[in-house]
Amino acid sequence: MLNLILAGVGGQGTVLASKLLAQAAINRGLDVRTAETIGMAQRGGSVTSHVRIGQDLYSPLVALDTADIILGMEPSEALRCLPYLKKGGSIVVSSKFIKPFTASLPGSTYEENLIWQCLGDHCKNISVIDGGKICDACGSTKVLNIALLGAASNLRQLNLTLVDLEKAVQEILPQKIHSINLQALNLGAQSARKGETAL
Amino acid sequence: MKQLLMGNEAIGLAAIQAGVNLVSGYPGTPSTEVLETVAKQNDGSIYVEWSTNEKSALEVAAGAAIAGARVMVTMKQVGLNVASDPLMSLAYLGIKGAMVVVVADDPGPISSQTEQDTRHFAEYAKLPVFDPSSPEEAYRMIRDAFDLSQKYHTPVLFRPTTRVCHACASVEVKEEKIEHKPQGFVKDAKWVIFPRLTYQNHIQIEKNLRLIAEDFNQYDGNQITETAPNTKKGVACGGISYAYVKEALNRAQTHVRLLKIGTPHPFPEELALQFMEGLYEILVVEELDPVIEKALLLVAGKHHIKINILGKLDGSMKNAGENSLESVLTAIEDFLELPKTKYEPIELPPLPVRPPVLCVGCPHRASFYAVKKAMKGQKAVFCGDIGCYTLGNAQPLDMVDTCLCMGAGITIAQGLQHIEPDAVHFAFIGDSTFFHTGIPGVINAVYNQTDLVLVILDNSTTAMTGHQPHPGTGKTMMNTVSPKIDLEKLLLALGVQSVKKVNPFDLTNAITCVKEAAQTKGVAAIIFEAPCISLFKPEKKYQISDSCTSCQRCIKELGCPAISKDSISNKVVIDQSLCYGCSLCAQICPAKAIVIGGDKSC
Repeated sequence: MLNLILAGVGGQGTVLASKLLAQAAINRGLDVRTAETIGMAQRGGSVTSHVRIGQDLYSPLVALDTADIILGMEPSEALRCLPYLKKGGSIVVSSKFIKPFTASLPGSTYEENLIWQCLGDHCKNISVIDGGKICDACGSTKVLNIALLGAASNLRQLNLTLVDLEKAVQEILPQKIHSINLQALNLGAQSARKGETAL
Repeated sequence: MKQLLMGNEAIGLAAIQAGVNLVSGYPGTPSTEVLETVAKQNDGSIYVEWSTNEKSALEVAAGAAIAGARVMVTMKQVGLNVASDPLMSLAYLGIKGAMVVVVADDPGPISSQTEQDTRHFAEYAKLPVFDPSSPEEAYRMIRDAFDLSQKYHTPVLFRPTTRVCHACASVEVKEEKIEHKPQGFVKDAKWVIFPRLTYQNHIQIEKNLRLIAEDFNQYDGNQITETAPNTKKGVACGGISYAYVKEALNRAQTHVRLLKIGTPHPFPEELALQFMEGLYEILVVEELDPVIEKALLLVAGKHHIKINILGKLDGSMKNAGENSLESVLTAIEDFLELPKTKYEPIELPPLPVRPPVLCVGCPHRASFYAVKKAMKGQKAVFCGDIGCYTLGNAQPLDMVDTCLCMGAGITIAQGLQHIEPDAVHFAFIGDSTFFHTGIPGVINAVYNQTDLVLVILDNSTTAMTGHQPHPGTGKTMMNTVSPKIDLEKLLLALGVQSVKKVNPFDLTNAITCVKEAAQTKGVAAIIFEAPCISLFKPEKKYQISDSCTSCQRCIKELGCPAISKDSISNKVVIDQSLCYGCSLCAQICPAKAIVIGGDKSC
């Protein structure tokens, strides 16, 4: 059984990433359950996707303390989901923060270094991906989610290979964006392999 | 073959395979994707429509059903309140084909005004109800619901909750599809509801409910799914709570006698008796109202069974909000006196707060801002309604003083006006909501000569639920083009004193129009016309020039997600990847420091 949490901000493609993971698992003959928690806003809110792969699963939601992997499209969102991570679990996270507009209003401050410190204190297996760099290389800000999936394919726990994810991308996404997304997937995998961890 | 399906997709697909002829509904979270799935997969043989509201949807479907068609109606739980008038009567009148009314409940609530329980409604309306526990079960149950409806000539309620509707699962999908040919309408006195007919049908309905309960005793959606030797304790549950209970029992590595209820009404009493046999204590795990709990209490009382029934009524389970895996695990551990799973609290540093806000470039922001500016210093009340624009209540706009239910802003404003005639009362309503239930309220104000400023926020779509067409968009769910309903002509025809159509991004003009409307006796209407940002791509972007004085008026007054203060340089910046080029910030900048910029990193 594998439990994953995907955390991001509305508009980053968190839900799509969870669909790709689920499709890759189904292609391997595995059973899947997924669910999302999305707020009322169309964009800009916290989005959490739960993905569960394996037999005898009932709940679509992952329980606290049981996630094998957190995929964070944004550092503070990854940290928000930390209570889901089990001991010894892994985090793959993009290094770029997304500021909410409330950060400019009084009484809503947060410190980036404290967020990194807390992540590092609670998880020993973190891959930090320079998602911005990969997006620049691909020429689109929209492939961050796919780059993170690529990075996650290096985790042994995931049990899905880069090839599995490539196939899911080709099945689910429209053809005209296949090449850019496959590029992002591969760049994500490479950057994680190089161990570009910033902690 | 197994397919990854969202619960709502599974329901839509299963309805197609059950030979559905007509599907109608009104969008509402978490039900919307059911109808959309049917429309998407429609081979052209099924009539699909987004109706103007749930009452219309149900009545359209009722007409088709008494002509012998298999029909499905979709809505969210509060939509059933709007559709309840026709549904209550239709329960007495009956149907000829088959009718499944999918009503999605929203424990939490996550995106609703109420935590009402449609299982209760089923009991009240004397209708059978199905309550699936997973997308797979929803897929299987839909066909059973259609068959039951046809067998007993009754509408059938189908009530998934958010965690079934919006969860995805690998579902074993069948290939075969039933072909159902409607017989056509046959004239008969039985289709005209009269008190005498109602009385006769009532007798039959009560008989049928007893027969359906017998069917449900044998139905595989209701089961004792687990047993344990010599157990004195049992757990009863239904819906998504069944999934949580199964997980909790697996995690605690224990077994109990477990009753799963898939059809809470009419209640499968015989099965419940089998379940209770020899038990001395039961824990009932369900969301929203204690429906299964009360049914079990009734069975226990009726049969003089000495048994403890724990649940919401005795405070063992919480009676508001949704269940979670954790809350159910804790309840099961308490009930079975097992060691407690401990969650070590992690102390997190302050995290960015991401409250729901209007999108970057949203025309509603401009509309609210114009009204706020125009009414500055005057006594005014801003009545809101249901849609994206409810988010206008957030700081810094703070422009929604009331919100009740679909269409209510217009009429609430009238009540307020009668009590406080010295204030100007505004009613904000979106285009889709206006067509839904806004129109009668306008007629009410015109006829009763009540002063009111009606503000229609016309963004040419039903934005909040995911951009469904409506009568003002000129498109239908059958992919046909239809003439748009002209809001301006409609309002004039209703007798509204003045109707102004304004682009809210033309801020000066918008403010002037609001000021004029506020002075008008009777009903004055402003139609703020500008498309939802999801309907187009930005043509330009704005950036901050060197003449910025850091007064931060743009941040403090608009709350646009693209504008922020850089934490290092302390300068105001516009995120070029987010800006939609709406120009509102540029228009209010006292230093004229916000200018059309180069197209960077987007």
